[in-house]
Amino acid sequence: MIPAAFDYYRPKDLPGVVALLQEHGDDARVMAGGHSLIPMMKLRMADVPHLIDMQDVDGMNGIYVGDTGVRIGAMTTQAELIDSAELADAAPILREAALQIADPQVRYMGTVGGNVANGDPGNDMPGLMQCFDATFTLFGPDGERTVPAREFYEAAYMTAREDDEVLTAVSFPTPAGGYAYEKQKRKIGDYATAAAAVQIVKDGGSCASASIAMTNLSDTPVFSEAAGAALVGTSVDGDAIRAAVAAMLNDIDPVDDNRGPVAFKNHVAGVILTRAIERAWSRA
Amino acid sequence: MKDEVTRDDRIAGLKGMGTSRKRVEDARFTQGKGNYVDDIKLDGMLFGDFVRSPYAHARVTNIDTSAAMEVPGVLAVLTAADLEPLGLHWMPTLAGDKQMVLADGKVLFQGQEVAFVIAEDRYAAADGIEAVVVDYEELPVITDPFESLKSDVVLREDLDPTADGAHGPRKHPNHIFTWEAGEKEATEQVIDAAEVVAEEMIYYHRTHPCPLETCGCVASMDKVNGKLTLWGTFQAPHAIRTVVSLISGIEEHNIRVISPDIGGGFGNKVGAYAGYVCSVVASIVTGKPVKWIEDRMDNLMTTAFARDYWMKGKIAATKEGKITGLWCHTTADHGGFDACADPTKFPAGFMNICTGSYDIPTAYLAVDGVYTNKAPGGVAYRCSFRVTEAAYFIERMIEVLAIELNMDAAELRRINFIKADQFPYQSALGWEYDSGDYHTAWDKALNAVGYDNLRREQAQMVEDFKSGKSRKLLGIGLCHFTEIVGAGPVKNCDILGLGMFDSCEIRIHPTGSAIARLGTISQGQGHATTFAQILASEIGLPADSITIEEGDTDTAPYGLGTYGSRSTPVAGAATAMAGRKIRAKAQMIAAYLLEVHDDDVEFDVDRFVVKGAPERFKTMKEIAFAAYNQAIPGIEPGLEAVSYYDPPNMTYPFGAYICVMEIDVDTGEHSIRQFYALDDCGTRINPMIIEGQVHGGLTEALAIAMGQEIAYDDMGNVKTGTLMDFFLPTAWETPHYTTDHTTTPSPHHPIGAKGVGESPNVGGVPAFSNAVHDAFRAFGLRQAHMPHDHWRVWKIANQLGLHG
Repeated sequence: MIPAAFDYYRPKDLPGVVALLQEHGDDARVMAGGHSLIPMMKLRMADVPHLIDMQDVDGMNGIYVGDTGVRIGAMTTQAELIDSAELADAAPILREAALQIADPQVRYMGTVGGNVANGDPGNDMPGLMQCFDATFTLFGPDGERTVPAREFYEAAYMTAREDDEVLTAVSFPTPAGGYAYEKQKRKIGDYATAAAAVQIVKDGGSCASASIAMTNLSDTPVFSEAAGAALVGTSVDGDAIRAAVAAMLNDIDPVDDNRGPVAFKNHVAGVILTRAIERAWSRA
Repeated sequence: MKDEVTRDDRIAGLKGMGTSRKRVEDARFTQGKGNYVDDIKLDGMLFGDFVRSPYAHARVTNIDTSAAMEVPGVLAVLTAADLEPLGLHWMPTLAGDKQMVLADGKVLFQGQEVAFVIAEDRYAAADGIEAVVVDYEELPVITDPFESLKSDVVLREDLDPTADGAHGPRKHPNHIFTWEAGEKEATEQVIDAAEVVAEEMIYYHRTHPCPLETCGCVASMDKVNGKLTLWGTFQAPHAIRTVVSLISGIEEHNIRVISPDIGGGFGNKVGAYAGYVCSVVASIVTGKPVKWIEDRMDNLMTTAFARDYWMKGKIAATKEGKITGLWCHTTADHGGFDACADPTKFPAGFMNICTGSYDIPTAYLAVDGVYTNKAPGGVAYRCSFRVTEAAYFIERMIEVLAIELNMDAAELRRINFIKADQFPYQSALGWEYDSGDYHTAWDKALNAVGYDNLRREQAQMVEDFKSGKSRKLLGIGLCHFTEIVGAGPVKNCDILGLGMFDSCEIRIHPTGSAIARLGTISQGQGHATTFAQILASEIGLPADSITIEEGDTDTAPYGLGTYGSRSTPVAGAATAMAGRKIRAKAQMIAAYLLEVHDDDVEFDVDRFVVKGAPERFKTMKEIAFAAYNQAIPGIEPGLEAVSYYDPPNMTYPFGAYICVMEIDVDTGEHSIRQFYALDDCGTRINPMIIEGQVHGGLTEALAIAMGQEIAYDDMGNVKTGTLMDFFLPTAWETPHYTTDHTTTPSPHHPIGAKGVGESPNVGGVPAFSNAVHDAFRAFGLRQAHMPHDHWRVWKIANQLGLHG
């Protein structure tokens, strides 16, 4: 559990970060909280000759809640998400999800940016960001660009981010309606066996819109447009929920691992989504 | 006027037996001031670490260390070829087998030690490991013991396939031993003729003790005076000294073994590991101290595992439920080398306690040990030797028999318990149970949880489930266990020929304080607290005035160490006996000082008083001073004693545990609503420490039953080598426990104590597991192997058709 030797950098600004990324290419990685990258380095599964620590870079922190949307700096920790009253008001599902990530010690270090940028299918924030239809801001040699969360993930640890870009912020429209983040895990600190993020808007007695994303059930987060669509226009009764679950199962592609075989994961995904929809609907 | 000090005040002031005295160790542990092996830093100390095999079975055709030697900071790389001239490329195991220290031509399990890199620091060692190039030629992998006994693939090519092993004839090149107890033919006749027979295969999966502190050592060879000092995470420091002397040829007086603070052992730190041998050799070669510390993956993958027993059982009974016979055949997966830590004559430990708490007139047990391509070990993980396996077996078989009889499992236990008036009880498999009162404990437990109401509630939940009102089921997990601890009588218990006695040496200082040294070593059990309490009650000096020291072989008397709940039964007895020697001499001194005959004074709490004249007395403090300043005719100066205690029998703690668990049929998740644990450990020395021990043991039992395992894939790769996949519960997963007790003192132990540290693991695992089984009993479940993690519980429900 000893990493290979690496050079350590602590730039003060984003152009400094990008310059290092351009200089070292594939051999450089940025580090936020380090709770994904450092274990991989210690296991020598990640070879990072040049490690760029982001903690001194200005302007990467903070939660901005506006009239129509929310912007969260990439270096904002999970603990800060949990502690923000403004955010709990604007997007309560974020707090509900963050409280189910790892444990308090990890949440003091782990960041939103690291969680979404690493591309680990086990991370909770990517699915949630897809549920929100969030936008990720990337800073590179040509300045800023944005990528929708629903288009960011290509495969496990493979994202739309270029090697010389840094993810600096996530932004999303203030979510509306009822919400639920439902997660089954084996123990505290574990990744999800299955998790579901659900936002539902109710209009009269029927569902006006629904957004559903699943976590750790494919090599990327899964935004299931069809699952949401199955609820729209219904009273979110048993049949509608079953239709949403069927649509979701069509979109996920879980693999057999220590958390269980594929049949179990599909079953649990359905149970978790059913519970999430029921809870979100009850809050809508 | 002086306040009156009552006799009760004097008793309380001692903080002796029965007091919930705060742990004296905790001041340093809670402030981060413990001194563990990895805290030891010596001038010029080097660091050693292993190149380990990625394969479970392979020939090692070449090891190229040249690139590693180019890595800055790397000083040497040891291979089997370097150790062979010293005869140290193999080492004896505690089970009479031998084990490669470094791969000698082949590897037999993933993670096996192949080369030892010695470097200036652990960073350079890690880089050196990467640079060692090993050529492997893969061989067929066997991870199933049943397959192993049929296979043409010979795992241990170093052994003569036709020669006997350490425990008698071998049936196959991959077979290690057969061990039997009881009456085979008589048992089979009983089963053939029985009105009811329940038959089941019970698998107790492979798991690992996983102490928070991993194994490690620091070896320092002083070439000037020829003395070797070895600090290490040793549960048996004296035995390690003897082993090191035997295999290294260094005379035992030139070896000093020190176990400093140990961060949990649970059996993992009993054995001798390649790291110890390599560190000693490296220190001899380099002339510098050498440290070796496992990382978590090394620990989980390579140092001693626990369990991995396939237990085929048959239990016979009358239609009314009176058990008439028990038959068990166990296939024991020992991995690549037989490195079980068991007394020599007991290659399957005390598995023959598997008749449990029941009066079973006829029984038979056979155990076959088998080699596979898994890590060696087979230690007693927070239990006496193989006792958790035995308890799990019988407590599952009772449940299966209850199903077969369509009887309540609590009632089935009650009608088969050994009765209080049957003790001492001779079991069909060869043990003499010293004492017990099972019916009293059982009734107390059932009453405490409101057993009948729970059964009614359970039935209602089954109805609600069937009618679609609920998706939850209730399991009531019962267990009545009998432990066998305190190994042990030297006449039948030894390890490597060393009798399993233990020891205590006491020195009373002139001012009435004392130091006592023991042959055991605390790993969190609180010996410094409890042993002082035993002494306080025995010699009448306050526990706070008594220092307890263990773990340094240069100062402590010889003993066999701490595991198998043996410290209180054996070293605790030695402590009491040494205390009584002190008291006997103190009596003579007191009589002299009081100018009466020895027989005319008697001990009273903290003093000797003249019989019939309580105002005439000498306190132990006064007596201690007199021992050093008075010339007493016929009595040597000083006040010291040593006792080596060879117990006449084991002790047999027992308990009644009940776990009430709700299970989510759809997700496989569980929620423990109530856990009641009644322990009878005989005389209770420190109730608070007992409660802590019970909480700890139950939590490890929870882990084992509900998720913890060392799992292998078909290629022999360890699938659970990190704490992400290996379940180590936190406060989050741990339920509330309700503890209770009865007290049935051991008749043969000087203070009647029986040991408790391991009872909760022995009894806890069946209680948790039986709760899972019981939840599904109404739907026809008989047996589902542990661990009962989410997907396996889901699978039970799925196979029973409960998912619609």
